[in-house]
Amino acid sequence: MAIVSTSEKSCTVNPLKMSQPIGGSFAFMGLRGAMPLLHGSQGCTSFGLTLFVRHFREAVPMQTTAMSEVEAVFGGQENVEQAILNIYNGAKPEIIGINSTGLTEIKGEDVERFIYLIQQKHPQLERLPLVYVSTPDFKGAFQDGWDKTVARMVEVLVHPVETGRARDPARINVLPGCHLTPGDLNELRTILEDFGLKPSFLPDLAGSLDGQIPDEFTPTTIGGIGVDEIATMGQAAWTIAIGAQMQRAAEAMYAKTGVRFRLFERLCGLVPNDEFIAFLSKISDRPVPLKYRRQRGQLADAMLDAHFYIGGRKLAIGAEPDLLFDLSSMLYDMGANIAVAVTTTASPVLQRIRTEEVLIGDLEDLEELAKTHGCNLLITHSHGRQAASRLNIPFFRAGFPMFDRLGAGHQLSVGYRGTRDLIFGLANLVIADREAKHQPTPDTWRSVDRDFKTVPSYPQ
Amino acid sequence: MSVDTSAIEDVFNEPGCGRNDNKTAAERTMGCTRQLKPGEAGGGCAFDGAKIALQPFTDVAHLVHGPIACEGNSWDNRGSASSGSDLWRRSFTTDMNETDVIFGGEKRLYQAIGEVIGKFDPPAVFVYQTCVPAAIGDDIKAVCKAAVAKFGKPIIPVNSPGFVGSKNLGNKLAGEALLEHVIGTEEPDYTTPYDINIIGEYNLSGEFWQIKPLLDELGIRILSCISGDGKYHELACSHRAKAAMLVCSKAMINVARKMEERYGIPYFEGSFYGVQDSSNSLRTIARMLIERGAPLELGGRTEAVIMREEARVRAAIERFKPRFKGKKVLLITGGVKSWSVVAALQEAGLEIAGTSVKKSTKEDKDRIKELMGRHALMIEEAAPRDIYKMLMNSRADMMLSGGKSQFVALKAMIPWLDINQERSQAYMGYIGMVKLMEEIDKALYNPIWTQLRRPAPWDEAEVNRQTNIPHTDSHAAENSTAVRGHSSAAGFKERANASGRWVVGHISAAQATCAVQASE
Ligand code: SF4
Repeated sequence: MAIVSTSEKSCTVNPLKMSQPIGGSFAFMGLRGAMPLLHGSQGCTSFGLTLFVRHFREAVPMQTTAMSEVEAVFGGQENVEQAILNIYNGAKPEIIGINSTGLTEIKGEDVERFIYLIQQKHPQLERLPLVYVSTPDFKGAFQDGWDKTVARMVEVLVHPVETGRARDPARINVLPGCHLTPGDLNELRTILEDFGLKPSFLPDLAGSLDGQIPDEFTPTTIGGIGVDEIATMGQAAWTIAIGAQMQRAAEAMYAKTGVRFRLFERLCGLVPNDEFIAFLSKISDRPVPLKYRRQRGQLADAMLDAHFYIGGRKLAIGAEPDLLFDLSSMLYDMGANIAVAVTTTASPVLQRIRTEEVLIGDLEDLEELAKTHGCNLLITHSHGRQAASRLNIPFFRAGFPMFDRLGAGHQLSVGYRGTRDLIFGLANLVIADREAKHQPTPDTWRSVDRDFKTVPSYPQ
Repeated sequence: MSVDTSAIEDVFNEPGCGRNDNKTAAERTMGCTRQLKPGEAGGGCAFDGAKIALQPFTDVAHLVHGPIACEGNSWDNRGSASSGSDLWRRSFTTDMNETDVIFGGEKRLYQAIGEVIGKFDPPAVFVYQTCVPAAIGDDIKAVCKAAVAKFGKPIIPVNSPGFVGSKNLGNKLAGEALLEHVIGTEEPDYTTPYDINIIGEYNLSGEFWQIKPLLDELGIRILSCISGDGKYHELACSHRAKAAMLVCSKAMINVARKMEERYGIPYFEGSFYGVQDSSNSLRTIARMLIERGAPLELGGRTEAVIMREEARVRAAIERFKPRFKGKKVLLITGGVKSWSVVAALQEAGLEIAGTSVKKSTKEDKDRIKELMGRHALMIEEAAPRDIYKMLMNSRADMMLSGGKSQFVALKAMIPWLDINQERSQAYMGYIGMVKLMEEIDKALYNPIWTQLRRPAPWDEAEVNRQTNIPHTDSHAAENSTAVRGHSSAAGFKERANASGRWVVGHISAAQATCAVQASE
């Protein structure tokens, strides 16, 4: 049981956290023909856009209602209206997803009502889905924006199903948390299809951000799940939610359509994947394909090879709650010692992280704690690179944003194969670090302290 | 609302601002506020602009007052370089929460200033105002004043809530903060007749260091660079310079102009992009220093250095000229630096297919016309779709732009080079010019293009089957064109017309017929 505490500082130094509204926009990017729209001043969108482009190295659609000082005082209905009309006429989207920002929330604007009035006034907009989600910047974090937005999509876009209606036993809804990469989604799709299942991902970032080259230039998202497909998700036999953040959306789906759900809090590691594959085998009523039996063997072998390097490592990790839970649990299972865990926002999984204390804080906290605990592996997003170089310890990049390495969208952590690759990546990093920095010298053993405490203790 | 409107108005009415000069009175009252239409375009906010302008001051703490959006989503995204302190690379924000929003964030800000000073002891703290605290009425000026009294250090309020306007306006608001609170507050240890200020230069990727050795060689001292690799003390002493150079951008013209007015420091606007501009700038610096009392011999030494460097660079770019012959480049720079880049490219024999002029002043545009001819293709709107259209219509061989529009070119299989702020290469001065040519050459002649423009074998079979055309030898087509392949993957089809120029565009199967015929 970890104790969860919150940093008491007034000044955040080197933020780990990103804001809620862009987490919401991110979710909208997994819909086909979508235009995410931030209701706020122009800078919020511009910063979000730059962040996504740096991470994915893809064209990213995002728009702003461009609130100025005057409208900030007198209300932004006209801006919302103009933005919607301009997007409708220019980008011809299939859906516009609107997230509020801090500026538009302090006035307590009733944007749902704006949208209603705008649709009344402009009949051509009647058929264009406009989904609004309240996501003030001064609350929560990136992950919260995603989870609220996906739940809202379910509430607004999925058609209700009468009880007793026959379901398609092969159809599966997948609600992925924002800690999964497009590469992860592609992997999951393959696994599900290998069991003869037909998955619908909501949202489907793999469809829009997995590095495709579109046939034609498009100002909206280039792929993802269509509004039509979302509408029929109620016909699925099961909903699989991945990450605790997706509980809310899974419940919304159940409430609206009666589709049963199973929540997998993590999909990285041997045991969680055993559960996952067994579950798929059960619901599809098919034996586990040979491919996955082999992959399981490969993962087991990878764990054997890598435990020499990962076992006993003192780890400092900074990530959003679900990613933190996911990676730290896998690494704990590999014998690592989760000495320091820092996160961005509250979540039920935090208490169950295999460490003594989880701090809701920033990268300065992560760096200082890693120093005092003598950590020898740092895991966080790209902003942690300065800390890692000051600490002079190996640094593994995980999460969003990852702007100083290529292939962020393809990094894998789910499934047996994804876990295997991740373990190799981490172990190789440790090996390279040892070769580069820790060759023994005559002085190596001089500085060891009196009671010969050289071996890091294993987690209990 | 706590926005210092008089300061903002003052910036709008900046007489040196060419953009304002071009506007009617009515337009001018709109100032830079409403450049952006809802749902039509995207650009940074005033806070973004202020931070961009000031963050290159390396030894001060930049503290952003606001919820996590403004700083958490944006920090660590610029490549200015520092020769000393790295404090500027750390991010500080009050990360306001709901309680702060309800009860006001002034207390948290005050405490945050204390924390920063306690931990890092910087010579000064810059405090940036953003939208939410401005809208709920946090008075950062008052907080800074109180903090100065308590901590005995300069704490500078930068009044830059995003909603007051664009990035460009933010640059100027940053300048106002410097003029009001910093410049002239300290004295240099000594002065020389060779002291200059460089204004509006951010030392991105350390590019100013490409020119600094020449200034050093001439004995010219940069008293303060505002703000690339800048230090607080130098900035505070910058009123003792003999002359100033405003680096081509209009961003900080208010600083240059007001320093001339207040301290009698004459300035000129110049650029170190391109050979001609570099030489002109060095020459002008020398002349202005001589006019203000530097020994006459500086002029002769400067000419000697210019002659030497020009000869070196001309020799170096000679080898690119045959390779660049007939190659067209589309420039999407946002427009502020367009003309200087245009000149630079033309020096190496590249043709300019067109340029964006969105942020250009009238003078900028006149200069572009002068360089590119009266029929120069200029685009005002640089939305991705417009850029795409222009790329296709102009038959450009390459695009140079900022990072945000790179995919428009790359996904159409057109070579692209980053020449904006996020770039990792430095292109300043004489050396930078050669570097730029090298990068363009690498991009144009990279062998990936011929491979990537080949369709998958099965797609090609598909086109031929549909159009009933005998299979053409794609290798032959490739060989006849050094750079462009014969058709591309993903539907961007191309063909050679009679003059051998390659046409790019998305064409239907029917058009593909004539395309293939034409190339045969
Ligand atoms: S527009 Fe306002 S809230 Fe948004 S990033 Fe700029 S200063 Fe911050």
